[in-house]
Formats: sequence, structure tokens, C-alpha cells
Amino acid sequence: MKREDVPPPYTAVTRHEVFPTPTHDEAARFNFLTAFNKYLSGVIGPGNKLAYEKRVLPAFRAEHRRDPKDRFEIRHAMNKDPWHRFWSACKRNSMEMRQQNGRSMVLRQLDALDAKARQLNADRPTLQLDPSVATPRYQNAVDIHCMPGSYHGEERPGDVSAGANYDCGIFATTAGGLGALSDGGGQALVEWIKRERPGWTPKRILDVGCTIGHNIVPLALAFPDTEIIAIDTAAPVLRYGHARAQALGAKNLKFIQMNAEDLSRFPDGHFDWVQTTMFLHELSGKALPQIIREGVRVLAPGGLMLHLEQPQYSDEMPLYEQFIRDWDAFNNNEPFWSAMHAMDLKQVIEAAGLPRSSQFVTGVRAVVDPTVFPVAASGEKEDHGRAAVWNAYGAWKPQS
Amino acid sequence: MSDIDYILRAGARAKGKRPDFLGDPSSERMLSILLAVVGEVSVLKERLDTVERLLDAKGTISRADIDKYQPDRDAAYQRGLMTKEYIARVMRGVQQEMEAMQTDEKPVADISVDLRDN
Repeated sequence: MKREDVPPPYTAVTRHEVFPTPTHDEAARFNFLTAFNKYLSGVIGPGNKLAYEKRVLPAFRAEHRRDPKDRFEIRHAMNKDPWHRFWSACKRNSMEMRQQNGRSMVLRQLDALDAKARQLNADRPTLQLDPSVATPRYQNAVDIHCMPGSYHGEERPGDVSAGANYDCGIFATTAGGLGALSDGGGQALVEWIKRERPGWTPKRILDVGCTIGHNIVPLALAFPDTEIIAIDTAAPVLRYGHARAQALGAKNLKFIQMNAEDLSRFPDGHFDWVQTTMFLHELSGKALPQIIREGVRVLAPGGLMLHLEQPQYSDEMPLYEQFIRDWDAFNNNEPFWSAMHAMDLKQVIEAAGLPRSSQFVTGVRAVVDPTVFPVAASGEKEDHGRAAVWNAYGAWKPQS
Repeated sequence: MSDIDYILRAGARAKGKRPDFLGDPSSERMLSILLAVVGEVSVLKERLDTVERLLDAKGTISRADIDKYQPDRDAAYQRGLMTKEYIARVMRGVQQEMEAMQTDEKPVADISVDLRDN
């Protein structure tokens, strides 16, 4: 048995000042869920493909005298297969158990967490909340990834429960693949930019849809002289994210409650880096292009636009893979996931004003401490939708 | 102490219609209960392992010791392996069903007839 086949323990998670303190058994519950998720994706996940190839596809061909024409036809056929149904039921339960465990741990110590956050947030100009910002329809239609209350829910006014619950469970659903601070995505961006543009120090960065700021704090720490603004529509995650950033020493990072569909508060060309990380799939068909347009507008000539996401579906991606990557869309409350991943992002970015010649797509893998945390799996054994391997869809805005 | 009933609120339901996986609400509920119990047995096993390790190291322990316990790298590996093995044991039926899909087997009764006659 290789060491990397066994996930790291929950006690390896860094407990920053606003991180909930787990009891022995709460940590053990997350250890179980981590190992169970790894089992579902790694050991018996391939059973879905087997069921497809051995019986679902042959039955489809016999009935229709052709192959499935898209991922939806595969889904409808697979949803009749007893093995896939049982696997999906186990996986859905694992997601629900993660929420209950995280919420239980957070809510029993909410007084302490709220007090700590209040202390770190009090009178800081780096946290700007705006109660007039409405929760967008695409954030409110269902509770995203089965997180009760979603990002904007509160157990009592002004609390940090949503942010703390989100933070404490990422480790379990990614089997530790994002590292001790669940910031492997942000760490990867730091590593990437240092390699891509050695010596470059951006003046201003905008992070859109930041939630608890876990992917922007590494950039703030790597570029201490850069002014960084992180925005989100949900106050509970901003309260928590700001306190978390302060606790981690990211003082050049401002959290603002704002809807990115309207960035009119910022002049044209204000930022020289505009980014989202794992955010575009939580929008809508109208909001996504609008947010990209606004992002391009506030981006300075020569500046960087970057969107980190799971890989887009394309004609080159087998339909079965598209289907299995769609699992969360229909089974884990990610209602825009499927449509978003089928969009031609390059075309959307081009229509927003960044020509194809300025665009690039590059693979990014989470940067973690490999002595403790697993290096993300890809291919057959990856946990589709949660794997810490992403595509960066980016562009350098032309000078004129 | 917070005025929130954290036990009740921890189990809040996520907004959004739950898919029908198993075709029967009772089966859905039974699986939810079973997987929760599976998780809790794993927690008990880990707690017992903690108690044993602390007793080995110190001869006596307190509840606070248990909550403070942080396994070192080797202990974390051994405990992770224990959980992995436990899950493999609990999930054996599902895993063997997957294996069975790889082959096209005749009923043993057919083989029995074949062996009787040949």
C-alpha cells in the first residue's frame, strides 16, 4: 500500500483563528467522509463506466439503433441502471453527511466563531458590506452543492456560519487535495504567474465571486504591495473570509459585497488582473457573459483575465466523460454546471472584447505540500467535478 | 451558550428537490440511516484507536487528551489505512457487483448440470 493511497487526517488542516475547532469525533467523521469519497470515486467510480459499456450502451443501441447523441441521453439511460443509481445514492448521502457534520461542528461553537470574526472585522475599512445587494436568482434557486442556506444563509443576523461551514468541509470533499488551507488553487495561480511573468507585480487585482477568499489570499500574500479587491454577493462568506484573511496576515485584501454584473463603481481599465476561480459554473446564461464583459471593461490594457474552472466540454471529450462530469449538476445542486461547461468560453471572452489571438488555455494543478497532502489524481480515478486539476481560461488584454 | 438548536439546525435540508435514486422512498431513507451508522462505527473505531495509542504512550488518559490528540505521520497513515480497510469491508457487496459486470457468468445451477453430465 502506497502512502498516497491513504488520505491525510483531518488534523492536518490548518486551524487559523476563525476555523472551527473539531472534537475528536467531528474530525473522525470528516476522516470517514474523506476516505468514503475517495472510495466512491477511485475504487468503485469506474463501475459506472463498466455499467455503461457492458449493458447501458448495448441496450440503448438495441432500442434506438444508434449511439447516444449527447450527454443527456446517456444520463437518462444511466439513471435506469441499478448500479449507477446505487452509486449515486451513496455519493449524494456523502455530500449530505458532509453538510450535517460541518454545520453541527460550526453551529455548536457559533458564539465563539462570531465573536472572533467580530474582533477581526471591527472597524476595518477592508470589509465593506452593502445590505442593498440582493441575492441573485442563480444563487437562490437551490442551495448550491447541497449546502443548506447556500453562501448567503444566516442562522442569525450577522453570523459567519455559512463561511465557516464551507471552509471546514472542503478538505473532506476534495480528500485533502487542496492542502492545509484548502487554497491549492490560489497557490497554483501564484506558482503559475511567477513562472509566466517573472518579476511582474500587478498594481490591482479583482477577484470575482471570492466566497471565503481561499483562492485570493495566496495572491495577496505573494504580492503584498498589490491592492486586491475580492467581491461576492453573499455577506456571510465575506464576513468569514475577511476575518480569515486578516488572521492569515493578508492585509492588502479588501472584501466588498457587490454583484459583478455591474462593476460601475470601478472605472475602465482600473485593474491589471481580473479573475474568477471555480465561480463561472454558479452563474446563469445571462449573468456569465455580462460578468465577463464587465471584467474586460475594468481590465487595463496589457492586463490579465483568468478564469479557473473544470475543463469545458468539447467535441473531443467523449460523451461518457461529459455525462460523468455532469453528475453534480443534477445530483448535487449545481444547476448551471452542465450548461456552463458546454459554453464556448473562448467565444464569450472574444465577444466581451478580448480577441482570440490574446487568449490562452492552460492546465493548472493544485499546489499542496506533497509530504502531507495527495497530489491530485486525473483520468479514470479523479473525482469528477471536485478534482484539484483545472483549466485556466485566460487572456492578456491587447495594449490598444 | 448559543440559543441556536445546533443539533436540529445541523440537519437542515438543502433547498432543491432531491433526486429519486432508488425508486422507493423507504430504500432512500434506509440507505441514509445505514450510511450514517457506517460513518459512526468508523468514528468509534478511530476513537478506540486514539484511546489505545494514548494509553500505550502515557498509561492514563483524560477526555481532553482524546480531543487534543493529533496523530503523527505514521499513526495517521495506519489510521487512514484502518478506515480504508473498514470501508472496503462495508462496501464489499457493491464492489463485487461491479466486478461481476466484467464477466458474463452462467448460473451455478447450469454449471452443476454441466458437471453432472460431462
